[in-house]
Amino acid sequence: MRNEPRRRADYLGLREALGDRLLPVLVAAMSFLAALAMAGALASATLAARWQGDATSQLTIQVPQPTAPDASGKTPRLDSVMTALKTMPDVADEQVMSPQDVTALISPWLGADPAQLGLPLPGVISARWVGTAPPDALGPALEKLSPGTLVQTGALWAARVAALTTSLQACAAAILIIVALVAAAVVAVATRSGLAQRRETITLIHALGALDDDIAGRFAARITLLTLAGAAAGAVLALPVLAWLGALAAPFAGPAQINDVFNLPPALMFALPGLPIIAAAIGWGTAQLTVRGWLRNLP
Amino acid sequence: MVKFEDVWLKYRHPARQGDAAPEALRGISFEIPEGGFRWLIGPSGAGKTSLLKLIYLAEHPAKGRIDILGTEAAKISRRDAALLRRRIGVVYQDFRLLPQLSAYDNVALPMRLARRNETQIHADVTEILRWVGLENRLHARPDELSGGEQQRIAIARAVVARPKLLVADEPTGNLDDEQAHRLMHLITALNRLGTTVVVATHNMGLVEGWPAPRLTIEHGKLTHAE
Repeated sequence: MRNEPRRRADYLGLREALGDRLLPVLVAAMSFLAALAMAGALASATLAARWQGDATSQLTIQVPQPTAPDASGKTPRLDSVMTALKTMPDVADEQVMSPQDVTALISPWLGADPAQLGLPLPGVISARWVGTAPPDALGPALEKLSPGTLVQTGALWAARVAALTTSLQACAAAILIIVALVAAAVVAVATRSGLAQRRETITLIHALGALDDDIAGRFAARITLLTLAGAAAGAVLALPVLAWLGALAAPFAGPAQINDVFNLPPALMFALPGLPIIAAAIGWGTAQLTVRGWLRNLP
Repeated sequence: MVKFEDVWLKYRHPARQGDAAPEALRGISFEIPEGGFRWLIGPSGAGKTSLLKLIYLAEHPAKGRIDILGTEAAKISRRDAALLRRRIGVVYQDFRLLPQLSAYDNVALPMRLARRNETQIHADVTEILRWVGLENRLHARPDELSGGEQQRIAIARAVVARPKLLVADEPTGNLDDEQAHRLMHLITALNRLGTTVVVATHNMGLVEGWPAPRLTIEHGKLTHAE
């Protein structure tokens, strides 16, 4: 026989009523899915930012009648435009595309040998915009030198990438919301099961003067512990999968990341530890609401 | 003090909401002064347990007014109702001990719910268990105790927090004559210390042996009140 009675008894018997198997496993699965959704959202945002930057900075300058004299009548238009670009500090990597490159560029629309069609092909210069302001003034400036010169930026592609990113992030947010709702539903079902198993006990301690706060608090504490453990396990299990997916996505992330095995967005490394805390908060809140609602049936 | 004024009780039947449930109690009125003792007698099914449930705030009346320990039961918040329940000791007919807890922990439960400190709980629980003769059964669980021992644990739990009102439903039902007399000595001792007591029983021998005013109930109606 023990000499000293236990100081703190689990008088609601919640260790048995709210077992440490099914609920943590289900929450771990939810946490795993949430980690994947979060990683998807953050990775798409990171890649999109990089792609948008690349697309926006890319310049394609078309110079019609490249060998014709420019506005001054002294220099061929293509040379005049190239000279002007070289003097501009916000323009870098300017390069005249060879006729072969231009032919390859337009071959999907005009066939392999567009010269046969007798169409006048423009001179094409590729360059990179390194200025902080948008290159809005570049086109009019080159137009003065060489009438008809057209400056195209990657703004259209950047807008499309932005739309794609927004769409992916909305999908990830929807998945996270659904996962959170399913987790709350799982917790509510587990709590109601625990309440049903301990109905007599709860009725008794209610009659002995237990406050609703006491009863709901004990359930919430147990649920919080189980959801915290389950979500932590789910987040940890997600790590190798995320590392694998990161390695698969490395070629899209740029040359610096291709050899990085643990190629995960830095923000994810901060968000992942937050998952168990968010799951625990959902568990605590759901348990409190469920138990307090149930207790309303008692006088 | 306990005061009932034209109290009616009708149990809810969630599964048969359209049906009119019969009244368990009809027009009950009586008053027990502070420190009073009342026998609640009547045949089985007369409504004794229903009346006790109203006293220990386990049911709401369909109509009428109930004052418990100077508080009108219908007008208090849930929190205050819980605090009021802590001042009422209840001995249930079916003991209602928690099977996962030891005798000690069962008796300590009302004090723990009231957030008393463990030193005081230890002193009071061991004293009351000694009083009911179970000081050597501190760590036994209910399924290891006889019916009489379980009844004494239930009584110890009801009185350990020194309630202002003690409500007992057939408290001697599982006790032999010697234990029943010992229990009645305990209850009357509490009553002498100022605790208001209501004891429901159909054991008329016990009532004759411990003379006190009676409330007699038949078919849900109070037929005699002293």
